[in-house]
Formats: sequence, C-alpha cells, structure tokens
Amino acid sequence: MSTAAAIQAGWPTVTALVKRSANELLRVPGAAIPGVLAPTIFFIGLTSVFAELTELRGFGTDNYQSFLIPVSMLQGAGFTGAATGVNLARDIEQGWFDRLLASPAPRPALLAGLVFSASVRALVPAVVLLGVAFAIGADWPGFLGLLVTLFAVMAMGTVAALYGCALALRFRTQAAAPLMQAGMFVGVLMTTSYAPKNLLQPWLQTVAEINPVTQVLEMARQGFVTGGVTWGETWPGLVALAALIAVFAALALRGMNRMAD
Amino acid sequence: MLSSLRQNARVVAALGRRSIRQTFRRPQLMAPIIIFPTLLLAVQTGGAGEAVNLPGFPEVNGFLDFMLAGAMIQSCLLAGNSGGIALAVDIEMGFTDRLLAAPISRFAMVLGRLAGTAALGAFSAVYYIVLGLAFGAQIEEGVIGIVLMIVFVTLSAVAFGGIGAAIALRSGSASVVQGLFPLVFVILFLSSAFFPYELMQEPAATIAEYNPVSFIVEGVRDPVISTLTGADAAKAFVSILGIMAVSLGLSAGALRHRLRTGG
Repeated sequence: MSTAAAIQAGWPTVTALVKRSANELLRVPGAAIPGVLAPTIFFIGLTSVFAELTELRGFGTDNYQSFLIPVSMLQGAGFTGAATGVNLARDIEQGWFDRLLASPAPRPALLAGLVFSASVRALVPAVVLLGVAFAIGADWPGFLGLLVTLFAVMAMGTVAALYGCALALRFRTQAAAPLMQAGMFVGVLMTTSYAPKNLLQPWLQTVAEINPVTQVLEMARQGFVTGGVTWGETWPGLVALAALIAVFAALALRGMNRMAD
Repeated sequence: MLSSLRQNARVVAALGRRSIRQTFRRPQLMAPIIIFPTLLLAVQTGGAGEAVNLPGFPEVNGFLDFMLAGAMIQSCLLAGNSGGIALAVDIEMGFTDRLLAAPISRFAMVLGRLAGTAALGAFSAVYYIVLGLAFGAQIEEGVIGIVLMIVFVTLSAVAFGGIGAAIALRSGSASVVQGLFPLVFVILFLSSAFFPYELMQEPAATIAEYNPVSFIVEGVRDPVISTLTGADAAKAFVSILGIMAVSLGLSAGALRHRLRTGG
C-alpha cells in the first residue's frame, strides 16, 4: 500500500478517535481541570518564590514570569500527554482497546488518533497559563514568538502522549501513571527551567546539555526573553522534537504490535 | 478498661501496619511521598542553587541544606493526602463499614490510619536525612538535631494526616481527596519551604511570614543550618500541636457525622 493510500485508509480512524477525545472534554470539562490547575499553581508559586533569582549576575532577563512561562506551558503539555497514557491504560484494563486492535483499523492510525488529540488538548492549559502570565506581568513575546511557543507546546504534548502510550502498552495498568507523570516532570524540569545554563549546578548543567527537552524549551522561550525568533535558537528544538517523536512513536507502535500478537 | 485500651491499641497497630503495606504496594500512593519531592528537591537544588549568593539569603553550607526541611514537610503533606485517599477508598469499597460493625472503638479506625501516616512521616524524615547527607548536606546540630527533625516530621505527618482523614470521612470520595492534591503546593509555595520569605514576592512573602507551615519548616530546618534555637523549635512545636488539634477535631466531627447520617 502506498503512503497516500495508507493515510487515506487510516484517516477515518484518526478523526473518530480525535472526536471521542473532544467529546470527553466537552462532556466532562472538569476532567481538564487538574491538567490546567497543577501547572498554573506551579507557575504562580514558582514566580512568587524564585523571582529574586533574576538579580543574580548573568541571569539574562529581569522578568522571571517571562522566563518561566514556557516551562509551565511545556509542563502542562507534558501532564496532558501523560493523561493520554493513563486513559489508554484504563481502556486496556477495561478491554475497550482490545476491540480497537481487533478492528481492521491500521495500528499507526490508532496511535495517531490518540496523539493528535493530546497535541490539541495541550493548548487548553497553555492558553490559561498565557492569560495568567500576561496578567501578572510576563512580556509579550511577539506574534512569531507566540506561534513558536504554541507549536512547541503541541509538539511536546505529542511527545508526552507517545511516551505515555508506550508505557501504557508496556505495563497495561493505570498503576504505571506515576511513571508517566514523573517522566514528564523530569524531562521538562531537568533543563534550564529555573535558571540559565551558566547558573545551574554543574551536575544539572550536564543533564540539561544531554536532555533534548532543553532545546525545545529554549526554542519556546526565545520570544519571551529576547522578544524575537531566530533560526539559530529554533532549529535545535525542531531536531530534538523530531527525534523524540520518532523514538517514542517507534516504542509505542512496537508495544501495540506486541499486544496484538 | 485496661483490656479495652489494649484491644484498641492492637487495632490501631494492625490498621497502621495495613496502611503502611498499602502505601508501599501501590505506586500511586508512594510516588507523591518519595518520588515527586525527591525530584523537586533535585531540580530546585540544581536549578536555583546559586540563590545562596543573593543578598539577604541566610548563611548556609549549600542550598541543599536549606531545601531539605521543605522536602520533608512536602512529603508529610502529601503523605497526609495519600492517607486520606486510601481511607476514602476503604469507605468506597465498604471496608470501613465492616470495621464499624466490629466491636472496637470507632476512632481507632482513624487512629490506625494516622499511625500508618506517622510511620511514613518518620520513614520520609530518615530518607531525606540520608539523602541529604549522601549528597553533601551538613547537619550543624548533629545527632540531637537529627532526632528533633524526625520527631517534628513524624508529628507533622499526623497533623496533616488528620486533615486528609477528616476530608475522606466527610466526603467518602477518593476523587474529592485527590482533588485537593494541588492545594498542598499552594500551601507550600505560600510558606518558607523553598525560599526565605524575606526574598519572596508580595503577597506571598507576607502570607509565608505568618503561615504555620513556615514555622514548622523553620523548626525542622534550624538544626540543619545553625545551632538549635529554642524559639524556632517552640514555634514549630506549637504550630504542629495547633494543626493536630484542629485536624483531629475535624476528623472526630466527620466520623460522628458519618455515623449519624450513614454517609
């Protein structure tokens, strides 16, 4: 089957799963609250607590709200994506996912449906966080800066959903939820989240250099900190996102194939 | 009288052991007590460690020394929340109804859960002290300081556990107790758990200055960063007793309400 034909065959499955996810959000809007509340509390709390860090020599900006908001938006995307993994584990436990696997729907389309939903849902906490950030003094990142940040948020939601799905398909239980959440927590925060690289402790500097999410964060942050977007700050983030998506998509698809066997 | 006391002590001990086993067996209950506070401690120490160079920051050997107390109290607050969730699950599954039908003191049921939470508090205190020492923290007050920290953290776990138990008994719903999870972080961010309140932004700084959780954190932190001062220890002790009195009172009230109305 050609690629175009495969996409055509899988598209109805993808749209059906996206609609199911949207229905969940519309019918139980309260379910979105934890994913919005946690990063919002962290954003307000951390800016209240650590704002004085900008007084350190070499910090690079005097506005901690602007420095931190992309971190919280990526954290929100991470939690939303992880929730997709938890929901998949629930569907596996309840046998609903077995019925999907038994259907003639292509497996990559099943995965794509779950993941597209997560990338769109990641915008919900991001928009709320943006509103809060502007209300308490974050700088306007410019139109292009904002677009780049929102793109990073959606892509991070995709990465987190793929990671969550890979774990859900591996462990097949909601008990794996802490692993999904902790993975995203570590991924987003073990970067230049609290301070620029030159002000991190040496061990965290090394971790942040290795962690690809640092590149994604720097890409998302550039508009808020410098007011502009440059290709030099953007392309490493794009490469990191492409690599993360490729790795976790491969793991999730392998898990799906193993489950079906 | 004595035999009744002995019987209730056995019930409390048995329920406490059950509560500890339940927590260690369920990663959902264990993660908030150990994994998340440890990760946050690592990230904040590594990310904001240069804060010790800010003018007005207390004299400390390192940022980890300052942060240890915050991680312990965070763990206690989350242990209280996890204990509340577990109690609510017991109510939802009917286990509590079976206990109520048994010839034991009703409040022993709550005390059993709190005994488990206290043991988890002591475990988390020891865990964070060992972790801190392994990564270079220095406890200025030595062994006496360590003992005092363990006592404060254990009592704090009971005090915060009482709040979780009261909410679980009143609502009877695990999702309601779980929904309060973010509130733990609001309380922590509005205290001096992560930073000296003098260096925080307003209005958080003023709230943190008078937040009883700040007094508890400072009582636990005091033996780590300086020689023991009676004032900080006394403030911590009074705060813990105050929260404990309120939370146990609320638990007793919620239990009475549940027995009276059946839910």
